Amino acid sequence: MAIKTYLQAISDGLREEMRRDDRVFVIGEDVGVYGGAFKVTQGFQAEFGPWRVLDAPLAETAIVGACTGASMMGLRPVAEMQFADFISCAWDHLTTVAAKQHYRTGTALPFVVRCPSGGGFSGGPFHSQNPESSFAHIPGLKIVCPATPEDAKGLLVEAIRDPNPVLYFEHKHLYRRIKGEVPETDYTTPFGQARVHRAGSDVTIVTWGAMVYTAEEAATTVAERDGTSVEIIDLRTIIPWDREAVLASVARTSRLIVLHEDTRTGGFGAEIAATVAEEGFGLLDAPVVRVAAPDTPVPFSPPLEKAFIPQVADVVRAIERMAAY
Amino acid sequence: MVLIRRFEERTEEQYTRARIGGYCHLAIGEEAATVGAVDPLGDHDYLFASYRDHGTALAVGSDPGAVMAELFGKAAGVAGGYGGSMHLLDVERRFLGGWGIVGGQLPIAAGAALALDYTGSDGAVLCQFGDGATNTGAFHEALNLAAVWNLPIIFQITNNLYGMGTSVAMASGETELWKRAAAYEMHGERVDGNDVLAVHEATTRLLTMARRDRRPSLLETCTYRWRGHSVADAGKVYRSADEIAEWRTRDPIARFEHQAIEAGTLDVGDVSELRREVDATVTEAIKFAAAAATPTVANLYDNVYGDPGTAAQFARMDTAGPFGERRETRGWRT
Repeated sequence: MAIKTYLQAISDGLREEMRRDDRVFVIGEDVGVYGGAFKVTQGFQAEFGPWRVLDAPLAETAIVGACTGASMMGLRPVAEMQFADFISCAWDHLTTVAAKQHYRTGTALPFVVRCPSGGGFSGGPFHSQNPESSFAHIPGLKIVCPATPEDAKGLLVEAIRDPNPVLYFEHKHLYRRIKGEVPETDYTTPFGQARVHRAGSDVTIVTWGAMVYTAEEAATTVAERDGTSVEIIDLRTIIPWDREAVLASVARTSRLIVLHEDTRTGGFGAEIAATVAEEGFGLLDAPVVRVAAPDTPVPFSPPLEKAFIPQVADVVRAIERMAAY
Repeated sequence: MVLIRRFEERTEEQYTRARIGGYCHLAIGEEAATVGAVDPLGDHDYLFASYRDHGTALAVGSDPGAVMAELFGKAAGVAGGYGGSMHLLDVERRFLGGWGIVGGQLPIAAGAALALDYTGSDGAVLCQFGDGATNTGAFHEALNLAAVWNLPIIFQITNNLYGMGTSVAMASGETELWKRAAAYEMHGERVDGNDVLAVHEATTRLLTMARRDRRPSLLETCTYRWRGHSVADAGKVYRSADEIAEWRTRDPIARFEHQAIEAGTLDVGDVSELRREVDATVTEAIKFAAAAATPTVANLYDNVYGDPGTAAQFARMDTAGPFGERRETRGWRT
């Protein structure tokens, strides 16, 4: 085990998979000579050459379309959206074309689109979004949102080896801030299996990505303040999502908070809340609560952005109300 | 060409008899543009088409019965009844599909050409689309990609003068669509799309350019669709009866028949014999499609993802509902 940043873990996973499998190549804007906007692919072109680390024109439709075509032919492209926000330019190719290809034709499309997502540093409305919920509504795609360095690498390798289009949302606020142990062996993290980030008995928080750490701080705060025991479930993947783990945790705690950085209405938290209402009704001792961003674009100004992104205090408040219900 | 013509005529008839549903786009009148371009493709070449793809499937040699069965929504169809008229394919013959989103196949075809380059194949890609697709952003992105990466691909515009009911003149700043190649320093040219020999000659030459010189190209084949945009469109609101009549005099099949008889490669008897054979083939195809089984509802979820392992991944998400009400159409059975 070595201690790595979240960003190093992503980079390592990608590099090792490229070393293992000649079919894997990288395509994106400024991924080659520049080394990627966030330097995930720094040094890749020197190691693998310009034809495995392709500097694409500013053309997300062409990038994702080319991934579709190349993966149809048996290659395993990994595209980088410079920012997750830019993925809307490739919406048609992901949702209409790639997501439906296997269903309508039986030809697999093994490609990954890496999406640096999330806010927290004044990126403004076009460089801070968390669009995972939009894609979660599209059958045929798989949606991955790692929170830890170990998962960042394990889920990326799993995504590359998966024979379907996988959207891999890597949270920018975790890149260099979060460090953790990463196995140096060849391992994968399976899709559809949540991780208990912190065990607890009073309240369950279901979350993913950067919000795992917000939940953790809130859990520590309430534990120290009044002994409330919070269980944190890190979903790891949104599609598929681990319904069983959520219901099992709610069976233990009888209280559920769903926390996400994406906006509230139509966010994936609504899906989780609805499922627990359907299938865990008898387990609940309190209403399910969603803590999510308000239904606005991501504002630029720091105090506004702070009001937008769910903060530790917001989660603490939700835990307190729920525990008192 | 004769097979495509007859197949399309009978498809129209089957549609009006409600044996084919959904959206159905016929390529009557465009046979030469399709066949002339598909015929020169070799064993290592790949093909993409637009949604007007029945003719393309037949031109690559797909079984007419399986094509008709797809239009009928049957399990024996080329896409198992999951795709329909606009989404035919024949992977074995390297026909990677008709595509239902206008222009959607262009970047994908560029990606396939990239894969040929990546794997060191000597093949090339032919990507067919209509005039309407040239105004999508995907057209620009794909041609630019092919140009900067020297991809082995021919982009073929089947210019039938109308994107649904909007004429090229109304929709395109430059109506000579081949000239758009200049923006990418790409070779562009226009040929008579009703002259199968001219299309054949141009495609053969451009394929060599793609395979040997790694140079992409833009080929405009000018033709006309005799029918409306789809079976639901009579095709008379946006164009005159005179115009249609004029184009019908330039029938690509009659023209080739004349060329072949003049050259002595066919005689009138051969042509009659061919037509008889084609009639029988299409009748058989319809019989086969009508008798074939429909897909099984129990398999509704089976092909959403491309591997059996996915079922295990989704098992913990899967649910029959609190009262078991979704048991019948439950998805990810393991």
